Amino acid sequence: MFSVDLIFEAVLFGILLGCFYAAVSLGLSVAFGLLDVPYVAHPALLILGSYFTFMLAKTGIDPIVCGVLLMPVFYLIGIGFYRFYYETFEKRSTETGVRGLAFFFGMAFIIEVCLILFFGVDQRTVAASYIGSSLEIGEYRFPYRMLVAFGIAVVLTVVLTIYFSKTFNGRAIKAVGQDEGALRLMGANPVKIKQLAFGIATAINALAGAMLIIVGPVEPSMDRIYIGRTFCVVVLAGLGSMSGTLVAGLVLGIAESVVMMAFGASWAPAVSFGLLLLMLGVRPQGLFGR
Amino acid sequence: MDQMRRKVIGTGGAGLLAASMPASMAFAQGAPIKIGMSMPQTGGLGAGGQAALIGLRMWIEDVNARGGMLGRKVDLIVYDDQSNGANTPGIYTKLIDVDKVDLLIAPYATNVTAPIMPMVKERGLLLMGNFSFQVNAKVQHDMWFNNAPWGDAKGWSEGFLEAGKKAGAKSIAIFAAEGEFQQNLANGAREIIKTTGWNVVYDQNYPGNNTDFSSIIRAVRASRAEAVFVACYPNESVAIMRSVNEIGLGAQVQIFGGGMVGLQFGPVMHGLGSLLNGVVNYNSYVPGMKYPGIEEFLKRYTPRAMEAKVDPLGYYLSPYNYATGQMIEQAVNATKSLDHKRLADYLRRNEMKTIVGPISFDKNGERAKPALVQAQFRNLKDNDWDQFRAPGKQVVIWPASEKQGDVITPFDKARKAI
Repeated sequence: MFSVDLIFEAVLFGILLGCFYAAVSLGLSVAFGLLDVPYVAHPALLILGSYFTFMLAKTGIDPIVCGVLLMPVFYLIGIGFYRFYYETFEKRSTETGVRGLAFFFGMAFIIEVCLILFFGVDQRTVAASYIGSSLEIGEYRFPYRMLVAFGIAVVLTVVLTIYFSKTFNGRAIKAVGQDEGALRLMGANPVKIKQLAFGIATAINALAGAMLIIVGPVEPSMDRIYIGRTFCVVVLAGLGSMSGTLVAGLVLGIAESVVMMAFGASWAPAVSFGLLLLMLGVRPQGLFGR
Repeated sequence: MDQMRRKVIGTGGAGLLAASMPASMAFAQGAPIKIGMSMPQTGGLGAGGQAALIGLRMWIEDVNARGGMLGRKVDLIVYDDQSNGANTPGIYTKLIDVDKVDLLIAPYATNVTAPIMPMVKERGLLLMGNFSFQVNAKVQHDMWFNNAPWGDAKGWSEGFLEAGKKAGAKSIAIFAAEGEFQQNLANGAREIIKTTGWNVVYDQNYPGNNTDFSSIIRAVRASRAEAVFVACYPNESVAIMRSVNEIGLGAQVQIFGGGMVGLQFGPVMHGLGSLLNGVVNYNSYVPGMKYPGIEEFLKRYTPRAMEAKVDPLGYYLSPYNYATGQMIEQAVNATKSLDHKRLADYLRRNEMKTIVGPISFDKNGERAKPALVQAQFRNLKDNDWDQFRAPGKQVVIWPASEKQGDVITPFDKARKAI
């Protein structure tokens, strides 16, 4: 029933879908993958980024530009979150895992409720020339909104990979998750480095949130849909690997797209999480983990 | 003596206070009548749920302004079920056993109502249904009365398939979300399709949390179906319409839509604008339909909805929730009772007068005379709220009794029609 052309088209679309998954997971890859902080509020901040973009886009600014403009604001929000988390949990206790999980779950609920109070529960969308139309190449059609997601994911991955491998602060962020004591001996303050990393992880959410509302409509409780999928991408990638996050996103995207097209959408989540289980069984450290 | 004086002053004071109150505020003695329900106020059904609640609260205000029921004030106890069917049995147990409510109204939508049906049947309680679909088909509770304008499973898709058949479609693609409502709806369509001899070229379900439909629309396009029937909930409607616009369905498609929940909601319609042109979809009310009192209701509804940041049009659920209140009021006043069996008996035997027209029930508690319509979106522009208030933008094509125009086919032509 399905031609090679159709499967090829599904693979191409899977690449776009995979880049979208990677872009929404990169912030989590920094916070959870590098710092080992159970940042379950990540998807809620993603939705917050979408709503801030929605507000800013009403002034006529392009949604992607809105996302870029919001990054410094989210950076500060991230720093604030980490300071609170550090002062309340990390500084006082060794049981940061479970308490941190509860803390960030709480933050996610508070963000969701605040969004409901301020914006209501209706779906929100933005308008842009690239939303609702597609690039036609012969028989193939690729939605521009997904091409935008592809571009954002590639740019973010390249920038973050260079930052974490070439700069002092980037390398310090990679080091802080491994050995705080050693980092302190190198003259760096682990708390400030973690704060910086958290700020970056949250700032990424501003741009990823803008991308999310470009790709589809958002509503306050939508963060719940993304909790499983973003953690799946980060774990599949190998904790803390930016390029791995892109590759893991691509693997999930292509698998889901082909399965949805050929066998039905009901199988898509089973394939995603089946891949994760397989990876955990065969290579627990993930695709690019060490 | 002092006590006596206090009593006299107290009684006189209360009398003066009662006399100075408007007649509407003076209730006879007795605890308020408590009506309990859950309503999706957050989650995927939250937008519809909040609009529905405004309608119901308007009835509560109106009935209390008329002196309540049986001389008692009417109170509404409502909890947010978060659009999650797993929450509703617990909420209704609390409403019955802890809050001790007198009457129950079901939450909006099938997927959150279905889980409470066995419990209300077991306890022998009256339940006023709220836009559910086929939840009583298997449970067979004789004290269930649904406010929705549709009848059985086939009745919903009948008009859509009839229009497709007239347009010459001989093959069909069906895709539906994995949920009680969407599956009931799709099954109704499948039953009718069996009798038409159409070729089903694509028939798939998708998980309710699906966020992108490009792959599904590609598969539907590849199937070269001439009719496409969709059964989905609000969260998916926008994503589906966007993908249809981006990927395309092919020039052979005559008719598209059918059972898409969400395309009746103001914010969704406004957000999609011209992308809706050509879609044929079910509806409960569109401008131009004549129901006594509905226009006055909608005039009062809009400012409240805008204040509450919910659908300012409110055509879909809010008048039907007001109608639920009207039905309760008529039954309680006629029977002078809160006894569930007596109320159910009255509801079963009598025609109710409501702002969505007269309502009478069949043996399953569904509409004896369904009033569902299939309407085609036409001539819509982007970013224009007022266009949805004017007749002619959603043209009723079925049933004949409400018909406002003929369906325009094929789908591509209908999308461009001005």
